[in-house]
Amino acid sequence: MPSIRFRLNGVATEIVADPASPLLSILRGELGLTGAHFGCGSGECGACRVIVGDRAVTSCDTPLWSVAGKDVTTLEGLGNPERPHPLQRAFIAEQAMQCGYCISGVMMSAAALLMQNKRPSEAEVRSALDRNLCRCGAQNRMVRAVLTAAEEMDAP
Amino acid sequence: MTSPSPRPTLPVSLAANPKLSSWIKFETNGQVVVSPGKVEIGQGIITALAQIAADELDVEIGRVRMVRASTAGSPNEGVTSGSLSIQQSGRALRQACAEIRQIFLTAAADRLGIETDALEISDGTFSGPGNVRTNYWELADDVSLDRDAAGAAPKPPSRRVLAGHSAQRLDIPDKVFAQRRFIHDLVLPDLSHGRVLRPERCGARLVALDENAARTIAGVIAIYRDGNFAGVVGETEQAAEAALATLRKSATWSGGERLPSENELASFLKAQPVESTIVDKKTAASPERKARTIRAQYTRPYMAHASIAPSCAIAQWDGDRVHVWTHSQGVYLLRADLALVLKLPTENITVEHIEGAGCYGHNGADDVALDAVLLAKAARGRPVRVQWSRADEMTHAPFGAAMAIEIEADLDTQGDIVDWRHAIWSNGHAARPGRAPQPALLAATEIGNPFPRMISTNPPQANGGGGDRNSVPLYDFPAWTIASHRLLTMPIRTSALRTLGAQGNVFAIESFLNEIAAAKGEDPIAFRLRHLRDERAKDVIRSVARRANWKPAPRAGVGHGIGFTRYKNSGAYCAVIAEIEGEEDIRVKKLTIAVDVGEAINPDGVVNQIEGGAIQASSWVLKERVRFDRERITSTSWTDYPILRFSEVPAVEVEVIQRPEIEPVGAGEAAHGPVTAAIANAVFDCLGLRVRHLPITRESLIAAMDLAS
Repeated sequence: MPSIRFRLNGVATEIVADPASPLLSILRGELGLTGAHFGCGSGECGACRVIVGDRAVTSCDTPLWSVAGKDVTTLEGLGNPERPHPLQRAFIAEQAMQCGYCISGVMMSAAALLMQNKRPSEAEVRSALDRNLCRCGAQNRMVRAVLTAAEEMDAP
Repeated sequence: MTSPSPRPTLPVSLAANPKLSSWIKFETNGQVVVSPGKVEIGQGIITALAQIAADELDVEIGRVRMVRASTAGSPNEGVTSGSLSIQQSGRALRQACAEIRQIFLTAAADRLGIETDALEISDGTFSGPGNVRTNYWELADDVSLDRDAAGAAPKPPSRRVLAGHSAQRLDIPDKVFAQRRFIHDLVLPDLSHGRVLRPERCGARLVALDENAARTIAGVIAIYRDGNFAGVVGETEQAAEAALATLRKSATWSGGERLPSENELASFLKAQPVESTIVDKKTAASPERKARTIRAQYTRPYMAHASIAPSCAIAQWDGDRVHVWTHSQGVYLLRADLALVLKLPTENITVEHIEGAGCYGHNGADDVALDAVLLAKAARGRPVRVQWSRADEMTHAPFGAAMAIEIEADLDTQGDIVDWRHAIWSNGHAARPGRAPQPALLAATEIGNPFPRMISTNPPQANGGGGDRNSVPLYDFPAWTIASHRLLTMPIRTSALRTLGAQGNVFAIESFLNEIAAAKGEDPIAFRLRHLRDERAKDVIRSVARRANWKPAPRAGVGHGIGFTRYKNSGAYCAVIAEIEGEEDIRVKKLTIAVDVGEAINPDGVVNQIEGGAIQASSWVLKERVRFDRERITSTSWTDYPILRFSEVPAVEVEVIQRPEIEPVGAGEAAHGPVTAAIANAVFDCLGLRVRHLPITRESLIAAMDLAS
């Protein structure tokens, strides 16, 4: 099987696997990163979203070969308790979830949005998160958290 | 002579699990270990329980470590459902902790040689005059909590410092920083992966299966078959899925349940054999003369729990003992059913809870646990993790039952109600495990020596009822008859979905009330207030009316509607005003809500539950309906079973009426019924169309229009 190289959360990574494998299987399986979640396996719910380059993609239907040479960022790469990303701080501050299974994908979609649009409107945030499903009904809290993080990141 | 003081009545969970040490332990590292029998399902319960325990013990909340429920030692609190966790676990913990504090206070006074009255407690340290001090952890070796609770008075509300405040949820940091908190992320040494082969048609027989091709796939550990139950175990998830795909191609199924017509649900429900009960009957002291009778029929479809995560479980055998990791809502109940299927004593089975995604009732969590236990038999002592597919989650998990509700009212010449009749046709709303002589688990009906499929039943009214939940009016009508007809056939598997029958019944009652008020030309809020005697009920309605500036001036294309209930007639009070925009499609713009849960332990937690319930109910009302043809469930994905998206979610404003002196009740299911009714009433306000059949979609609006013209 061929070896595929990419940068994962800033670290050069090489993996020997079937290039057609879904990126999510490789992240959760071989690489042991369980931040991205399996929800549907067909790119419909967004629980598995990660950032490839500067776009949030559904890793459950993104083939491994397609990320060769690219930057892949998962929730693990966004920040940690010592150095949290503003989104992580804001999701805690706003208590922006109920069960929290979907929020990894939601935060990655939001992080990709903030890379492209530093001060999105509420409508732009909702539109950017429209392909992430939340079954618990915590959407409004998440939108508030994203707007709070944007404000913090854009502060002079 | 004085009579002995009566033994105080213990809260139900404490009476069932009286040993104090089963709830609380003091660890040498300065922690307090709190062990409830209820489980976290995204509702924030472990945080609220930690607040209650810390408050009553006088320790900082940071010292509290919450233990996940396990049959290895947790109190048996049945199932985490019905918005009862604060009522049951919260009261038990509050009283257990009050007693434990008293026991330690006495022990501290003995050790320090002073009166208990002279001691103060701060963050677990007892201190007295002359700077003498000790603490729970120093005393713990000498104080045994292996004794039964005798009852003690908790602190008065005014002395609580944590309850009533919005403490941050204990589980959220882990989830934000990708720590492994979900069962889906749990890694065990030597973990293997299982997948189950399920038929497209429910109840189909597996008449032929060729296992050979699947066996040759790299990484396959075993193929398991027992009757109509078949599955694979592999080294990796990918290996298991590849083998399952191959196995599926070689499988021949026959037969299966014949399903009703999805467009004729009411006639199907009313044509089945039923068990009929009179839920409640009220007779007028002096019957008034009726001038006319009006009637209407309301329906709701089958609905899916549609958890965002597929059901998942891990099982590992060691000889004739098995350990199960599960996101079931009731570890002891699941264990009881596993024991029935495996024909093992319960002592041989340990069931341990690990968080899953929100379940909203009885979904596939218990079923997948049996799947894992069966497949793990073929894994020679290795743990096997089984995860359902999205399609299995959408088609094989139990559904919320479809309902047909008929209401008739006799009106006097003034248009006031003199008699009210409410009848429900529905499958039972509960087929949870652990409560019957037969198991409720899916694979139990599929194995070679199968158990019959359990026909769902209804909990008794004393426990809030099932299909009849919230069917008894909260209003002061002079007479009523409430009847429930539970189906004795069950072509589509149903069990508990959040609120059971309350969503359907509140939708029907609150819609019909508006029809009657409109016919009288009376404001629907004034009409409700006139028929309510309970001041807490009136308060939530008045509060929500004030907050939403009832009634806003009419605007073209905009409508407002009210809905109210007291969940289970004994739980939280909730009133909702919906603002919608409607032409061809309905958009819910805003939901204004007032809620009274008595003492709100964690007000932000209450708001979060009400917001979430309101948004989920909006999704139910606007979008959700399980689809099927005469042979199979056809809504197998999010495309076929859409739910509300971020851009479609209404603004939600919640007012919590705090009543610290009144025992707390749960908030998780209070909003669904009133939100459903408020939206339907707002649609009528906006379009003049009375939609009596859920969901309210473009098609149902056209149907209502046809009916009206």
